Amino acid sequence: MVRFIVRRLLVMIGLLIVISMFTFAMFVLVLPNGNPAALLAGRLATPAEVHLIDVRYGFNQPIYIQYVDTMKNIFTGQAYSYQSGFNVLSEIRAGMPATLSLAIGAGIIWLATSILFGTIAAVKAGKYADRVLTVLSMIGVSMPPFFFGAVLIYYVAYKLNIIPIGGYVPLTQSVGGWFGHLIAPWITLSILFIGFYSRVLRSSILDSINEDYVRTARAKGLSERQVLIRHSLRNSLIPIFSLWGLDFAQVIGGGAILTETVFNLHGVGELARDSIGRLDTITLMAIVILTGIAVVVIGALVDVLVAFLDPRIRLQA
Amino acid sequence: MSVISGSGSSGGVAELGEGFDAGFEAEGQLPPGVGPWRLAWRRLRRNRVAMGFGLLFLLIVILCLLAPVYSHDIAHIGPDVNNITGTVRVGGKVEDVVSLTGIPIGPTWTSHYFFGADDNGRDVAVRLLYGGRTSLEIGAVATLITMIIGTLLGLISGYFRGFADGLLSRANDVVWAFPAVLLGITIGTVLNIHGIGPLHGTNALVPAIVIGFVYIPYVFRPVRGQVLTLRERDFVDAARQQGLSDWRIMMSEILPNLSSTIVVFVPLILANAILLEAGLTYLGAGVQPPNASWGTMISDGINNDIPSAFHNVLIPGIMLVLAVMSINIFGDGLRDALDPRSKIRVAR
Repeated sequence: MVRFIVRRLLVMIGLLIVISMFTFAMFVLVLPNGNPAALLAGRLATPAEVHLIDVRYGFNQPIYIQYVDTMKNIFTGQAYSYQSGFNVLSEIRAGMPATLSLAIGAGIIWLATSILFGTIAAVKAGKYADRVLTVLSMIGVSMPPFFFGAVLIYYVAYKLNIIPIGGYVPLTQSVGGWFGHLIAPWITLSILFIGFYSRVLRSSILDSINEDYVRTARAKGLSERQVLIRHSLRNSLIPIFSLWGLDFAQVIGGGAILTETVFNLHGVGELARDSIGRLDTITLMAIVILTGIAVVVIGALVDVLVAFLDPRIRLQA
Repeated sequence: MSVISGSGSSGGVAELGEGFDAGFEAEGQLPPGVGPWRLAWRRLRRNRVAMGFGLLFLLIVILCLLAPVYSHDIAHIGPDVNNITGTVRVGGKVEDVVSLTGIPIGPTWTSHYFFGADDNGRDVAVRLLYGGRTSLEIGAVATLITMIIGTLLGLISGYFRGFADGLLSRANDVVWAFPAVLLGITIGTVLNIHGIGPLHGTNALVPAIVIGFVYIPYVFRPVRGQVLTLRERDFVDAARQQGLSDWRIMMSEILPNLSSTIVVFVPLILANAILLEAGLTYLGAGVQPPNASWGTMISDGINNDIPSAFHNVLIPGIMLVLAVMSINIFGDGLRDALDPRSKIRVAR
C-alpha cells in the first residue's frame, strides 16, 4: 500500500511539472509571437521603452529563468496581471469560495442523485421507470450546461421569479441567499453527470447481478434489498467513486467555468473567461496551472482511496 | 474473419442437428454463414429507437447541407446579412425586424425569418442551418483527427511497447490530466491568435484541431489496451512467422480487430466534440466571429437576448441538443449491436 502511494505521488509530481511547463510554453512561447514586450508597450513605443519593459518583466532572460521566475511569482502571490495590474493570486483567491461552493455542492448532489437513479434504473431494468430514466439521462448527457443554465434562468428565474437571476451570495453573509443563488447552478452542473453516472451504475449493477457472489447471497436467504445494498452496490460503487473523483477534480478545474459564467457567480471560472477576452496571459496561465494541480492532486487522492477500498487494484498496480 | 465481437454465426444450417439433410453434406460444403458485421447490422435494425434517432441525425445533416438552398430560394436572405432597419410582413401586418428598442422579432413561422431574427436582424433559421454546417464540420474534422491519431498512436504504443510506449503513455497522461475545457481554452486561445501552420487564427478549422487534440487520450487508452492483448494472439504469431513486416502486421492483422472498438467510439467522440465546440465558443476560445456556429448563436443569445428575445437561445440550443442526443442514442444502439456485452466507456 505504501509503495502504491509513493509511486502515485511521484507520478503526480512529475505530471505537475510537465503541466506547468506545457502551459508556460503555450502562453509565453507560442502566443506572443516573438516579442511580448512590444505587445505591452503599444504601438508608438520607442525601442528604449520596449527594452525597459523587457528588463522590468524579465523578457530578456533565457527561457528557463523566465519559467522559474514565473512559477515562483505565481505560487508566492507575486504575479501581477499585465493588463489590469491586479494581483493574480488574490483575484483567484477571491473567486475560490464561489467556485468551491458550486463544485462541492454539485458534486454531492450529483453523486447522491446518480446513485439513486442508477439503482432504481437497475432494479426496474426494462420497465417503464428505467426507460424514462434512460431518456432523461440521454438528454442530460447531450445538453451543454450553459444552455440549460440559460433555460433555467429564463423560465424559472425570470418568468416564475422563484430563484434569483444570478450572482453569488457568500455563505457567511446569508445562508438562505447562498443556497438560493446556488440551487440552479448546482442542478445545471449536475444534470450532465447524473445522466452519465446513473447509466454507468445501472450497467455495473446489472453486470454484477449475474456474478456468483450475488447468487450465493441470495442462496443464503438474504432479501433482495439486502443483496442489492450489501453486496451488489459495494462492488458497483467502486468505479463510480473512481470516476467521481476524476470528474470532481475536472469540475473544479474547468467544468464549472461554463456554469459559473452563465449564472454570474464571480468565481474562478468567470475570471478565466474574462482573461480569455482580455488575453490576460498571466492570469490564464495561473488559473490553468493551479487547477491542473487541483485536478492531479484530487485524482491522486481518489486513486489512493479507491485502491484502499478495492484490494484488487493495489495488488495489481 | 478474426473479429473479436464473439458473436457466432447463427444463420448456419449446421446448428439444426446432425439429422437434417439439406444436401450440403453430400458435397462436403459448409452452409453459408452470416458474418459478424451483417449480424450487427441486423441487431441494429431491430433497435427502432436507435434507428429512428440515427435517421433524425441524418435529417439534420441533410438540412444543414441544404442551407444554401433554403437561404436562396425560401428565405431569400443570406446568413450574414444585417437587416436592423428592415421590415417583414407577418400575417398581414408589417413589423420591424428589430424594434426601435433593439428587440429582434420572434419566430414568424413564415418563409422569411421563420425562427425570428437576432440582434443584427439576421434570419435565425438561415443562420441555424449555416451554423449547423460549421458545428457539424468542426465535429467531424475533430472526430477524424482524434480517431486517426488516437488509433495510430495506440497501435504503435501497444505493438512496439518499450520506449515508444513509455513516451507516448506519459504524454497521454499529461494531456489526459488536463480538464478538457481548460486544455481547450489554453490551446484554443493561443491558436486562435497565432494560427497553426498555414491556417489563420480565425479559420473555423482551428477549433476543430484543438478539439480533436483534446480527445485523443480517450481513444488512445482503450486502443492501446486492446492492441496489447491482441499482439499476443496466435494469428499475430503466424503472421510474424510468415515474414510479414511489423507495419503490415499492424495494419492487416491487428487493425481490423480494432474495428468494432473504433466504430463505437466515433459517435461518442462526435457528440462530445460538438458539445465542446459550443462550450469553447461560449467562453471565447472557439469559433470566432464572423463565423457562425450553433455555439456562437447560443452564446450571442445568452449574452444579448435574455430575457428580451429568448428564442435566440432556445432555438439553436434545442437544435444542438437534438443533434447531439441523436448521435448519442444512435451510438448507444450501435454499441449494443456490435457487442451487447461491451464495457466501452468514455469518461468525461
